[in-house]
Amino acid sequence: MNTLDAVDRALINTLQDGLPIEARPFAALAAELGLDEETLVERLQALAARGLVFRIGPLYNAERFGGALTLAALHAPEATYEAIAERVNRHPEVAHNYRREHHLNMWFVVAAETPHRLAEVLAEIETETGCRVFDFSREAEFHVDLRFPV
Amino acid sequence: MTLADPADRALLAALQDGLGPDARPYAALAARCGLNEDEVLQRLQRWRGCGLIRRFGLVVHHRALGYTANAMVVWDVPDERVDEVGRRLAAEPAVHLCYRRRRALPRWPFNLYCMVHGRDRATVRATVADIAARLGLEDVPHRLLFSLRRFKQTGARFIHDTP
Repeated sequence: MNTLDAVDRALINTLQDGLPIEARPFAALAAELGLDEETLVERLQALAARGLVFRIGPLYNAERFGGALTLAALHAPEATYEAIAERVNRHPEVAHNYRREHHLNMWFVVAAETPHRLAEVLAEIETETGCRVFDFSREAEFHVDLRFPV
Repeated sequence: MTLADPADRALLAALQDGLGPDARPYAALAARCGLNEDEVLQRLQRWRGCGLIRRFGLVVHHRALGYTANAMVVWDVPDERVDEVGRRLAAEPAVHLCYRRRRALPRWPFNLYCMVHGRDRATVRATVADIAARLGLEDVPHRLLFSLRRFKQTGARFIHDTP
């Protein structure tokens, strides 16, 4: 973290704002930073190798193509927490899973191709873990901005 | 865009892994889904134009970048105020995501969720307290659920065909 130089920071900050959808999306930024494209791409590769950069890609409004996404939670007893997390995470539809401080101590995001499939996955998890799964699907969205300035 | 269209579906599936670090990443993506670069660019521009893609860019590992304190702040806001409070929370620079969700009574009375990230818990707590004070939300029951451990992080993957 402390070893990010000014170019790394500019890359991370600028590319979090968005990447142009054009054949050479890094060309303009490279020119602005006084780099050639190849050097910029190598920088990105290095950031990815250090585990700082996750991926370059889209954030969808999944409902617009019929997809479904929800936040779900369950209470896993301490003694079986790890095994339950492993069961939950085995589903490819589970995008991420965080342990949080509450009686409901496992919070995970599930994405599926259709709302029907999403409901099936939640039911499967309930059956496999024996834990009641709470589906906190969203009713309204006020803000989505997952940018982290460095 | 529709998943009934094989090309759209193939592109969506190929894009689940993100773009590779490549000077011409869309050409590489096109090769993975059997389209050509122009077709990919046109489809993605269309998807972004119609709001299907809300943002196309770099996704970071925020923990690795030093944002190690991550609180899901949940609020129990009276129904008649929840949308107004949601909009005001959303306008706070420290708030990354803000959603209204269903309550699960009786145990889970909370109906408004926002994410606040910071470099340590004390800072996040102070930020939330400051927001609550400025927005007049001190009396609105709320909890900070800090994350203790991340068990899995992949992008949201919608298509799960077995190859």
